[in-house]
Amino acid sequence: MSRILEETDRLKALGWCGERVARDPVNQPMINNWVEAMGDTHPAYREGLAPPAMVQVWTMRGLHPAPQPDDPLHAMSAVLDEAGFTSVVATNCEQTYHRALKVGELLTVRSRLSDVVGPKKTSLGVGWFVTTESTWFSGEEPVATMLFRILKYQPRPQAAAASPITPVVSRDTAFFWEGTAAGQLRIQRCEACGRLRHPPGPMCPACGATSMGFVVSEGAGTVYSYVVHHHPPVPGKRLPFVVALVELPEGVRVLGEFLGESVEIGRPVRCTFVRVGGFHLPAWEAAA
Amino acid sequence: MSAAIVGIGATEFSKDSGRSELQLAAEAVRAALADAGLSPSDVDGLVTFAMDANAEIAVAREVGIPSLTFFSRIAYGGGAACATVQQAAMAVATGAAEVVVCYRALNERSGHRFGQVSVAAATAPTSSGVDNGWHYPMGLGTPAATVAMAARRYMHEFGATSADFGRVAVADRRHAATNPNAWFYGRPITLDDHQASRWIAEPLRLLDCCQESDGAVAIVVTSLERARDLAQRPAVVRAAAQGSGPDQYVMTSYYRDDLTGLPEMGVVGRQLWRQAGMGPSDVDVAVLYDHFTPYVLMQLEELGFCERGAAKDFIADGAIELGGRLPVNPHGGQLGEAYIHGMNGIAEAVRQVRGTAVNQVAGAAHVLVTAGTGVPTSGLILAPG
Ligand SMILES: [Zn+2]
Repeated sequence: MSRILEETDRLKALGWCGERVARDPVNQPMINNWVEAMGDTHPAYREGLAPPAMVQVWTMRGLHPAPQPDDPLHAMSAVLDEAGFTSVVATNCEQTYHRALKVGELLTVRSRLSDVVGPKKTSLGVGWFVTTESTWFSGEEPVATMLFRILKYQPRPQAAAASPITPVVSRDTAFFWEGTAAGQLRIQRCEACGRLRHPPGPMCPACGATSMGFVVSEGAGTVYSYVVHHHPPVPGKRLPFVVALVELPEGVRVLGEFLGESVEIGRPVRCTFVRVGGFHLPAWEAAA
Repeated sequence: MSAAIVGIGATEFSKDSGRSELQLAAEAVRAALADAGLSPSDVDGLVTFAMDANAEIAVAREVGIPSLTFFSRIAYGGGAACATVQQAAMAVATGAAEVVVCYRALNERSGHRFGQVSVAAATAPTSSGVDNGWHYPMGLGTPAATVAMAARRYMHEFGATSADFGRVAVADRRHAATNPNAWFYGRPITLDDHQASRWIAEPLRLLDCCQESDGAVAIVVTSLERARDLAQRPAVVRAAAQGSGPDQYVMTSYYRDDLTGLPEMGVVGRQLWRQAGMGPSDVDVAVLYDHFTPYVLMQLEELGFCERGAAKDFIADGAIELGGRLPVNPHGGQLGEAYIHGMNGIAEAVRQVRGTAVNQVAGAAHVLVTAGTGVPTSGLILAPG
């Protein structure tokens, strides 16, 4: 961090960098291309006047630009790259035009570093805002200025959370997910003592049997409790959303997203299924 | 029990420690040993949480502990806190070790944040991963949301309100306001502040949720006999217990008959009262795990401080604030001081027993500490030696 601050001070102290001269003078063919792309049909731009917003075009450095070591943005970016702030996004560009340019004028541009602010926590990641100022000249006359700000940031590790979460399936629970895929809400039943159980498991806690079957629930129940989730974001969900714990007449509870409008404890609901990443998850909607 | 806590140590509590969790652990362990008047070569046991990212051997290397005869880890998140001391006490009692340090170090704010949805927890190829498959994919994937489900039912059955939860936050923040080590030092809140705070997972508001912290705490346990020769007045472990309840899940025990209690804490409480030969009315200070306010109310009920459903009335007159009938979390708790997974609560209990806490409760003879709620958990009763 001290290196960043040192370099900021050094570059700011240097002030305006050396001038860069435009490759070509302001010319009609380039103006023609530009106004065509922009859909600007103003007649003045057919007759030797250049649109002011083109100012940056005249001093562009071409497809394979040579390094320009004294360019403050270039120098500052190199330091930030080294410090791990390797990603870049432009955040502000404010241009001021003093006058329109005429065909034949040869421009030069000079830049200086105005400010480096950071480290800041942004939604993209931690980074530094680098602001430079540029002035274009025609001869000695300033014709346009620009304030340009970028964010050089440390990309955040991509949360694997971008895709929705799907259940871990074991030998003991596979029947349930096979059921939802077939549109059935299956409740585990012990083949020995008949006890119903959800979530299911490999051994009946009542009798110790390991032979398990299931019944298919009617899918009608009532809300036993619920949560309205506001924060933080949850993969695959739009905020806020409701999750309901539903009690079934079979004597078990099953949890799922509530897809209806208004939720309250005791509200009758029926089961539906939502498809997520190859799974069919049980969900609840208000019963008619 | 014939063990005592003889040293406590901690780093500062912050939002960005600026150093590794291992360094935090090593700093806290050294501080605790210095507090006890012991040196690293006296240590022969280390205990931590299954969730801690710092291996016992790594901590031993950094601190310069030459050899270990006992090392152990406790599962189930914050439920491990008091159980680390129980492990240490059992090791001391059996002779497996003589001086055991319990530690927990985490960059929970600047590093891995528990309040976010953990894809790793939801996709683990384990029985816990399968358990999470009944909740995470449906959108119930944060600690706050899992607590909110129980809290909503609790409100429904007993008529508790968001303001009743808020009173817990107000008490904690009042206490933190006069604790210079607390993150929220000098920043008390009113019930109106609580009620105006945004929803996180209805019915939980932002101020119902504990903070996220960076920091570490370490606790030194040895035999009562050895404790008498050390630097500090010993905090005797009068009782130490773990507990898991019927049809137990981690944060989602939604399939039991009742959603409004914490039966695992009942298992802990009954053992504590029996071991210590005392009951709730003998407790002078309670350090109750407070990652989310509703579970503080449920703990008061489950531990027998009041009838089931009556905690809202029990706390209505400020009973849990300093000066009240049962001061709770004089350090500010995890809502006010820091979230060090319950270990900072044990350190506070030790200070209360020593008589050195910033918000000292006069004549604190029996201090109760609890660990994580909604998970298999643990508890302690400490008393002056
Ligand atoms: Zn059976």
